[in-house]
Amino acid sequence: MATDIIIHDKKDNVGVVVIEKITPKQDCACWIMEDDSSTNIQSLDEIPLGHKIAMVDLNEGDTILKYGHDIGKVVKSIKKGEHVHVHNVKTKKW
Amino acid sequence: MFMFTMLKQRNGSFMEIPKSFLGYKRENGRAGTRNHVIILPVDDISNACAEAVANNIKGTIALPHSYGRLQFGADLELHFRTMIGTGCNPNVAAVIVIGIEPKWTKKIVDGIAKTGKPVEGFHIERTGDIGTTMNASKKAQEFVMWASEKQREECPMSDLWISVKCGESDTTSGLAANPTVGNLMDKLEPLGVHLCFGETSELTGAEQVCATRGATKEASEKFMKTWSSYNDFILKEATDDLSESQPTAGNIAGGLTTIEEKAFGNFQKIGNCKFIDVLEPAEEPTKGKGLYFMDTSSAAAECVTLQAAAGFNIHLFPTGQGNIVGNPIEPVVKLTANPLTVKGMGEHIDCDVSKILSREMNLSEAGDELIKTTLRVANGRLTCAEALGHREFVMTKLYRSA
Repeated sequence: MATDIIIHDKKDNVGVVVIEKITPKQDCACWIMEDDSSTNIQSLDEIPLGHKIAMVDLNEGDTILKYGHDIGKVVKSIKKGEHVHVHNVKTKKW
Repeated sequence: MFMFTMLKQRNGSFMEIPKSFLGYKRENGRAGTRNHVIILPVDDISNACAEAVANNIKGTIALPHSYGRLQFGADLELHFRTMIGTGCNPNVAAVIVIGIEPKWTKKIVDGIAKTGKPVEGFHIERTGDIGTTMNASKKAQEFVMWASEKQREECPMSDLWISVKCGESDTTSGLAANPTVGNLMDKLEPLGVHLCFGETSELTGAEQVCATRGATKEASEKFMKTWSSYNDFILKEATDDLSESQPTAGNIAGGLTTIEEKAFGNFQKIGNCKFIDVLEPAEEPTKGKGLYFMDTSSAAAECVTLQAAAGFNIHLFPTGQGNIVGNPIEPVVKLTANPLTVKGMGEHIDCDVSKILSREMNLSEAGDELIKTTLRVANGRLTCAEALGHREFVMTKLYRSA
């Protein structure tokens, strides 16, 4: 089955779009690389190739997990299926 | 990283990895993947003369750069180490060194001469550009005609010294292109190759995890000390949150949000290998085969120039959005997993692993493809960057001159 989103690690709360783009209300097939399992999600935003989608609802101050690791903090609450990027997530470094 | 172990198991039939490549054997026992005769200016003001010589004598290349005057301390040491190391690289058959004055010129000539390869220095003071160009051209002609008779011979894989660095990364780099390099490392490390990764600042966020990959406690501690020192420097000089620099605008366009995300993607390049030592910029490794970490900037041309000066003879460069960098002496092999980059700028991509994203190719297959491409380039096939004339030779300067 075609994969729309790849998730690195089971613990991750974001996935990466691997098709040219996904559109709002698209039912997306997700592949979790760590254990070769599958899941689904419905998108809320248009999200281009390489950009991230929230796999769960996230509140301000929450930690984004990717590769199973901390990659930054949520600065504006994010709903499951929304685009995750510099407008709602910031580094904890620098 | 974890998932790719699983993929390896699923794909039981690995390609048989060749045991040798065709390289140029050098006087000091190393082997080159290229046979360059270089015209090396000691300093910025000798560029014109070096370029005139390279224009006169076909088959030679000048390596112009911006520095070499009034430097001092560690910065001057790095300048000499980079100059001498570049001349010593086994991809270089012979060297003409041109400087403004005799003393620093001779220091570089003497450093390169230790390899046993032909090297001769010329200084411009008292002779001028025109006379020096004539004298150096005569010697360069002799060198290039001598070098042109060198033949490629069978060399063991352990003669490959492979450096890696990624650029214009996006999330496809961390998903696929960088892990492909990691897969190659896992397969070639047992054959006794030398390997090198760097980009100190771009491991920020993943530094603790990277430190655990030191082969010894000493290597791990040396890494943390090196990273901390670089990070302290960045924090001291930073005037904003670096959001325009790290990640870069290109990284952000490609979906990378934070330096931590970029760092974990970057870190995929070393596969499951452990690093045995931490090198100064442009420092030649001396602890034998295996993976080394080098303290470098994360700017592509600076990093590759330092790795080439340390003796690495072939470079692997995974990119997401499409960095186009090359190096005058170390061939730079580009790979990408981003299908839009392959489509839009395919002339820069030596190895297309975009089928990983559509799951038509697994990581082990991609690693095998990259090994094949690397060997073709080691055997003499021009890289895209070589064919397109990319010769970015960029010295790292640590601070202002005196």
